[in-house]
Amino acid sequence: MLALLMPSALLANPEVPVNAEKSETKDVSSEVVEHIMNHVADANENHIATIHEAGVEKHISLPLPCILYNKSTGKLSVFMSSKLHDSHEGYDGYKMDNHTNRVVDAETGKRDTFYDFSITKNVFNMLLGFFILTIIFFTIKAAYVKRAGQAPTGIQSFFEPIIQFLIDEVAIPNLGAKYEKFLPYLICVFFFILINNLLGLVPFIGGINSSGNISFTLVLAMCSLLLINLNGNKHYWQHIFAMPGVPKWVLVILTPIELLGVVLKPAVLMLRLFGNITGGHIAVLAIVSLIFIMGKMGTTIGGATAGGAIAIPILLFVNAMELFVAFLQAYVFTLLTAIFIGAAIEDHHHAEENH
Amino acid sequence: MLLGFDPMSLLTPDLGLVFWTTIVFLVFWLLVGKFAIKPITKAIKDREHSIADALSSAEKAKQEVQELQQSNVSLLKEAREESAKILKEAKEVKDSVIAEAHNRAKEEAAKIVASAKVEIDAQKKAALAEVKNEVSKLSLEIAQKVLGRELDASKDQQTYINSLVDKLN
Repeated sequence: MLALLMPSALLANPEVPVNAEKSETKDVSSEVVEHIMNHVADANENHIATIHEAGVEKHISLPLPCILYNKSTGKLSVFMSSKLHDSHEGYDGYKMDNHTNRVVDAETGKRDTFYDFSITKNVFNMLLGFFILTIIFFTIKAAYVKRAGQAPTGIQSFFEPIIQFLIDEVAIPNLGAKYEKFLPYLICVFFFILINNLLGLVPFIGGINSSGNISFTLVLAMCSLLLINLNGNKHYWQHIFAMPGVPKWVLVILTPIELLGVVLKPAVLMLRLFGNITGGHIAVLAIVSLIFIMGKMGTTIGGATAGGAIAIPILLFVNAMELFVAFLQAYVFTLLTAIFIGAAIEDHHHAEENH
Repeated sequence: MLLGFDPMSLLTPDLGLVFWTTIVFLVFWLLVGKFAIKPITKAIKDREHSIADALSSAEKAKQEVQELQQSNVSLLKEAREESAKILKEAKEVKDSVIAEAHNRAKEEAAKIVASAKVEIDAQKKAALAEVKNEVSKLSLEIAQKVLGRELDASKDQQTYINSLVDKLN
């Protein structure tokens, strides 16, 4: 219930400073909102800081590979994003939008003339998480093989309770006897979401909102959708197309609703993760921005100090909460996937009892 | 566009990112899921089973020890009873042996006393006969001396003296 309420509450956050400052300093707040939204969205380079030197803006960023496929000419361009900073004309017909940090067409300034398969900052974040998790899991596996039957040690004993929890509290209660078949997916999806959530909380190199991106959550939700429906038994489909014990004319209404439910369940998974993580990022950034908003409003230093005094304690609290949310949302996604799969593979006997 | 950005852009999936997420996640799932998580969960399950087995066998062993202890106690009790019984029997045997020995000793003593009496009687008779003989001899000698002459040691006189001695009784 809490999880369902949170996305809407947090999505409303970016508008809070806007409404409050609208009458006086619309410029500052809309600039802040733009800044926040650019951070939350994907980008073709990992922007770290902007320095104002003698009126000239200087961007410090980690360059990332760009892989672009031109729709009309069919030309594939591969280059580092740092090349786009060298000249204003751009490179290979592409240039960097300094506001959004995205590659755009050099002529039109839009992104609809090409396909962008670049290693963006979100992809970079995902790959980082992928390598960290792969190393961790293979290290743990080696420990289990080497010290078979013995008590866990080191990193093994940190991860074992989490894995044990997923087995005992998520997989077995929802999936029953067939839980082992789905265990690798559940554990993979949990840790993949978790590592991306956690990397998103690390400033500078991370702070990247990859698990809060709708594309990311869409892919994971699609995997869950496929897993649920490909494993659905006769009984599951019977309940969707012809609910037993219901008059024929009711089925005319019920079947479309049930069919919609097939898609809605994963869609809710997708939106919940997206909303929670993006909302969290927006909340943190909005509170950080308080320092700058108040700094520009009043006498800059004093205003910034006051803003900092207000923002830092709140920021600490929100960040701690985000740490909790990182675990919670990974757990919720995994748990709901397990529940949905469990409902799809449930035996006839059990399903009858639930109705 | 009051906010300077398009809110719908947040909700629009990006083809490139969908592509990379799919690749990264599927590779992760196949690689880590198959080659790391499966062995890990199997190892955890195996260990769980071995712990459960060890616990149940320990419980069994405990029960066996308890049973053994109970049987030991009963065995000890039996042994005690047995030894008490044996002791009691031994005492009875001892008592009866002593009593028998006592009786036999008494009988033996009585027999000895009886035969002693018989012997004494015989000896007494023999002694008396001896004494009579001696007395008769003495009397003869005395009579010889008294008479101052050598009496004829004939058979008549001897018989006469013997009868005289017999009358002394």
